[in-house]
Amino acid sequence: MDFIDYYKILGVDKNATQDDIKKAYRKLARKFHPDLNPNDKEAHKKFQQVNEANEVLSDPEKRKKYDQYGKDWQQAEQFEQARQSQQRRRGYTESFSGDFDQGDFSEFFNSMFGGMGGGHNRREAKFRGEDYHAELQLNLTDVYKTHPQVLTVNGKNIRITIPAGVEDGQKIKIKGHGSPGIHGGPNGDLYIGFHIVNNSKFRRDGNDLHANADIDLYTAVLGGEITVDTFDGKAKLTIKPETQNGTKIRLKGKGFPVYKKEGEYGDLIITLTVKIPTNLTEKQKELFEQISKFSSQ
Amino acid sequence: MTQDLIIADEFCASHQLEISFIHSLKDHGMIETVFVDQALCIYAEELPRLEQIVRLHRDLEINLEGIEVINDLLERIEELQNEIARLKNRLDFFEGIKEQ
Repeated sequence: MDFIDYYKILGVDKNATQDDIKKAYRKLARKFHPDLNPNDKEAHKKFQQVNEANEVLSDPEKRKKYDQYGKDWQQAEQFEQARQSQQRRRGYTESFSGDFDQGDFSEFFNSMFGGMGGGHNRREAKFRGEDYHAELQLNLTDVYKTHPQVLTVNGKNIRITIPAGVEDGQKIKIKGHGSPGIHGGPNGDLYIGFHIVNNSKFRRDGNDLHANADIDLYTAVLGGEITVDTFDGKAKLTIKPETQNGTKIRLKGKGFPVYKKEGEYGDLIITLTVKIPTNLTEKQKELFEQISKFSSQ
Repeated sequence: MTQDLIIADEFCASHQLEISFIHSLKDHGMIETVFVDQALCIYAEELPRLEQIVRLHRDLEINLEGIEVINDLLERIEELQNEIARLKNRLDFFEGIKEQ
């Protein structure tokens, strides 16, 4: 356990007046307040440090003890007696209601002040619990079909259904599975952010899938039929005569499932690459030359 | 469709607020309220936002006008973050094409 320099945290010197401390605290609290920095764990941590520093420095009794024993905090136990009879000062420090409780105060604080800070001295307001944010990484092939999944969040198993067609970066809310409410308030919610890794050869653009297919020159010129891979099988594709390189063919309904619309699918777009024949035989070259002559006439 | 409602008086008692606070929020158009059997109620789905307002007001001593501005800016930040996520997906898609 390390010594914590509360003066440094608030950016004030050791001779700072109560007014200086209050000002410094308000400024930093505004900067790092969890409600103004949603999903920013670093700001949340800083806010707790600032709050803890203020809890000590804005209370003359605690400040005195801290100044006296600061670095030798382990000898501070004798103060425990005094603590018992201490009346908690009412005021600004009490008003904090952010989504944290006494457990969020540092080990250093608890060892010096006996864990008296934070939640259980705070007014007994019923607050809704903190929302949890979790990230779930899935492969693209996993989200092609709706499937159930069991998640473990803070030691509890939660059964959820992951709908087909979830997008990368999409968030879903699971009501009531966040942190328990404070003093009997309702539970927070659980937010799950999806990180979808594309493990397929298809490129996904919303509900549409894109892929490339090669065709030989003869099929491109004369037309024909080719077989292409779809996400869950194969499809036959008719190539019209005189098809140009880079032509895109849209296969309706062969794309990715549309989120929460059962049975609806996007399209599969195939971009055709015409392969020019190589290692031509003498005969083939001759024939190409003949075609060339006809074309230039 | 039934909606979960919270009696405003109970909310105020548990958060140690005056009922006038709820009236001010209503006047500022920051929350919706409804009367059920002559009791002023708030919608349960508004609770997270309402508690955020209470925390900002109490912790940082920000007045309601300030909170309105903050909420507006936070909403805009969220929209921008979603837009960035969407654009990143598009960028990955186009970078994927180049590699082929």
